[in-house]
Amino acid sequence: KSIDPTNSTAMAGEKGLVLLDFWVSPFGQRCRIALAEKGLPYEYVEENLMAGKSDRLLRSNPIHKKIPVLLHDGRPVNESLIILNYLDDAFPDTPSLLPSDPYQRAQARFWADYVDKKVYDCGTRLWKLKGEPHAQARADMVEILKNLDGALGDKAFFGGHAFGFVDAAFAPFTSWFHSYEKYGEFSVAEVAPKIAAWAKRCGERESVAKSLYSPDKIYEFIGVLKKMHGVE
Amino acid sequence: RPHNLTINLYLTSSTATRAKMSAPAAVRVIGAFDSPFSHRAEVALRLKGVPYELILEELHNKSELLLTSNPVHKKVPVLLHGDRAVCESLIIVEYVDETFDGPRLLPSDPYDRAMARFWARFIDDKCSKPFWLAMWTDGEAQKGFMKEIKENFALLEAQLEGKRFFGGDTIGLVDIAACGFAHWLTVCEEVSGVTLVTAKEFPRLCRWAKEYASDEKVRACLPDRAQMLAHFTANKEMFMAMAKSMLPK
Repeated sequence: KSIDPTNSTAMAGEKGLVLLDFWVSPFGQRCRIALAEKGLPYEYVEENLMAGKSDRLLRSNPIHKKIPVLLHDGRPVNESLIILNYLDDAFPDTPSLLPSDPYQRAQARFWADYVDKKVYDCGTRLWKLKGEPHAQARADMVEILKNLDGALGDKAFFGGHAFGFVDAAFAPFTSWFHSYEKYGEFSVAEVAPKIAAWAKRCGERESVAKSLYSPDKIYEFIGVLKKMHGVE
Repeated sequence: RPHNLTINLYLTSSTATRAKMSAPAAVRVIGAFDSPFSHRAEVALRLKGVPYELILEELHNKSELLLTSNPVHKKVPVLLHGDRAVCESLIIVEYVDETFDGPRLLPSDPYDRAMARFWARFIDDKCSKPFWLAMWTDGEAQKGFMKEIKENFALLEAQLEGKRFFGGDTIGLVDIAACGFAHWLTVCEEVSGVTLVTAKEFPRLCRWAKEYASDEKVRACLPDRAQMLAHFTANKEMFMAMAKSMLPK
């Protein structure tokens, strides 16, 4: 049995853009933000991950079995940052997320990759763990935010004066800040003031405002995750 | 409103990009002797015909240059291009592809590019760890990792159907990402005594490994096999201890 991640025969005939997603996923939200920034119409399909994975999801992403998946004329693209890159490549007449200069692009990829490697896992450790590992998670999260604060510098957005790749990659996590603060007992505004200001700026963009849920909703969702994992 | 300073820096870097075309800036790679990640940076440059200086690090004694060029991760490789520092091997490969003329390392079609990036990430995210653990652990745990890495190798094997390289007729991003399985794999197998890849089970992968490792430009930046064998043999205990510490408690 060979796995064909393109699965183009299975889904040929479907035209346009379809996003398989899960409402609260920051990785899915990146794609929603990118599609909105580019003004690209698409069909949003909610995968109820709590109830198991649909056939469509399993066919589109047989290897990782994860959302988000972007289907373009029936062909699947997986992994949120790869999806963002793909949208830039496939729709060159829309506003670009990545800058045009190769070095700026490398910088953008580096920081988006940093967000991917660090933020979600550290956040999970913050609400999941106790004692010494929790203290480590707190220290790590503060360092992560300080690093991102430094990378942002005095720019309006990571992309410069325009909202770009790293902004789309990191913006979904701004609704998790409130939870990180509560679980970590620190203040984002204190440890990373530029990031706090940037978060507000992002929230004022329609693409972000329409894709994100409120910080309270995220905090509530974490409560659900904790119950699922048997965490006190 | 962006700062005037920000605008000036942006203009300066654009000017520098144009200036680069007429007066190329020096290219250096900060790497380590038998790091496949370091090899990725070198091979990308060689495939493009870009001359560079290699700076070899002793990873237990990192240089000031490395620590200031990659303050976030403090890892090799780092590509230094003039006064620019590019970190993370796969990001370096894309940077090299976009900056220098020469054969394409990524396909031109948007969907094919997405697929190339997918498989390159698959190798790093899904293959590296189980491969390492299959080599250096033992008992039940080792059996589990063997199963996992073989399943993932089967997916890579399928990708090679009808193709000389993952990239098609020429070496591309995915081949470069998979370099560890072309040159490091047999050394690990020899030192650990674990056989992971046989020509019977993975004929395409074995053929690919030979094709990749025998390419003239690739060979020029692969670590000497005898030296690697000696180095890995000397470090076997350390690798096994490291692998043990990576196991879930």
